[in-house]
Amino acid sequence: MELGLWQVWEGGWISAILRGAAITIALGMASMAIGVVIGVGCGLIKWARIFPLMLVVDFYTSVVRGVPELLIIYLLFFSSVEFVAQVAAAFGYEGLAGNGYAFTIAVVAIAAISGAYSTEVVRGALAAIPSGHIEAARALGIPGRRIFHRIIAPQMLRIAVPGMNNVWQTTIKDTALVSVVGLQELMRVAFVGAGSTRHPFIFYLIAALVYLAITLVSQGGFDWIERRLRPRTRK
Amino acid sequence: MDLELVFLAVPTLAKGLWLTAILTIASVAIGFNLGLALAVMRLSKNSAVSGFAKGYSTVFRGTPLLVQLFLFYYGLGQLSFVRDNAVLWWIIGDGVHCAVMALALNTAAYTSEILRGGLISIPGGLVEAAQACGMSRLLRFRRITFPLAIRQALPAYGNELVLVVKGTSLASTITVLEITGHAKRLMSQTYAILEVFAIAGLLYLLINLVLITLIRLLEARLTRHLPR
Repeated sequence: MELGLWQVWEGGWISAILRGAAITIALGMASMAIGVVIGVGCGLIKWARIFPLMLVVDFYTSVVRGVPELLIIYLLFFSSVEFVAQVAAAFGYEGLAGNGYAFTIAVVAIAAISGAYSTEVVRGALAAIPSGHIEAARALGIPGRRIFHRIIAPQMLRIAVPGMNNVWQTTIKDTALVSVVGLQELMRVAFVGAGSTRHPFIFYLIAALVYLAITLVSQGGFDWIERRLRPRTRK
Repeated sequence: MDLELVFLAVPTLAKGLWLTAILTIASVAIGFNLGLALAVMRLSKNSAVSGFAKGYSTVFRGTPLLVQLFLFYYGLGQLSFVRDNAVLWWIIGDGVHCAVMALALNTAAYTSEILRGGLISIPGGLVEAAQACGMSRLLRFRRITFPLAIRQALPAYGNELVLVVKGTSLASTITVLEITGHAKRLMSQTYAILEVFAIAGLLYLLINLVLITLIRLLEARLTRHLPR
């Protein structure tokens, strides 16, 4: 049975796949970084029940978590094409740099999704901090800003790590979805390779293995972070 | 919002709603049973059996659903022994069948993790008491272990159901015209992107609301003996 392994090697697809994987990882990391910032901001708003903003955050998280990621990506890509062209023209760019534009919109889309899930993780972590800790700090007269830095943030960070691991795993898998709008990440490279060599099986198998490698390695990384953040107890 | 457009978009997207519901129900029905089997296998003392279940869960949870879908639909569809086998080709050759298979295999992995958590949480004394009453293994599982495990796992399983509903949207990438497939088509035909998104999004939120309500009702029924 001809699987097409030779064509993968001969056609220089290995390096194309590795480039795609690099874009996937960069896209995942950029989106996750922005998503965490969104998550901390919105999570704090939800936790502290800041009135009008809370409603906006509730709307955002329930829409983004309830509607398919693919639909959100279509919305952002289709509606942004014209807008981005106008912005680019205003800054004096004529032709849009294809991949740069696709990458930017992809980051916006994936960050919006991971931000919604991060919000829930941060809110849950904040809710898990015993309220006595904060009350005790208030009783000692520690100013609000320092309570956040010294009491709330460190505990929240430790409690949120396993949840953030889940969000990261979902985020890296969601990046595959932007291939449908043409960004040359791992999944898109596999798609193009499958089409031009007519050996889809081997290309999608390789893509699956690369994704698996990424998720397994990052799982190890998160396990390490979790061990580091575990409170040191006296033996 | 353009009213004429709404009259065009709503019936079209409602057609897709039907297919989304079928995809969800079929893949959940298969995926739940498969997931239950995997969860029981995972707790087996035989390391080959539990190792297989663990490997299955790692592979299917570690790769994107889109890759799995394309690997089955385009990848397996390329292989001649799949094309020559009538049963396999019935599954792989058709977009809807293939999407159901991919979704079912994918949700089975997540379901197995959720149910495993439920199975582990059962106090050993309950199982021992059932043994002492002389219940057979199967009876014990049916009367004691499974009902307790499912009660524990139900809230997490509700989240998984929402993920399956969202996962059905990927079927649109292999020519199945469910809600997202129709929505994409309407977006490129009418350029009324936000309106189409809003209607399609509402349909999805509606499905999720129905599912979550059903799960809540089931949960209330299973815990009706507990004080509120």
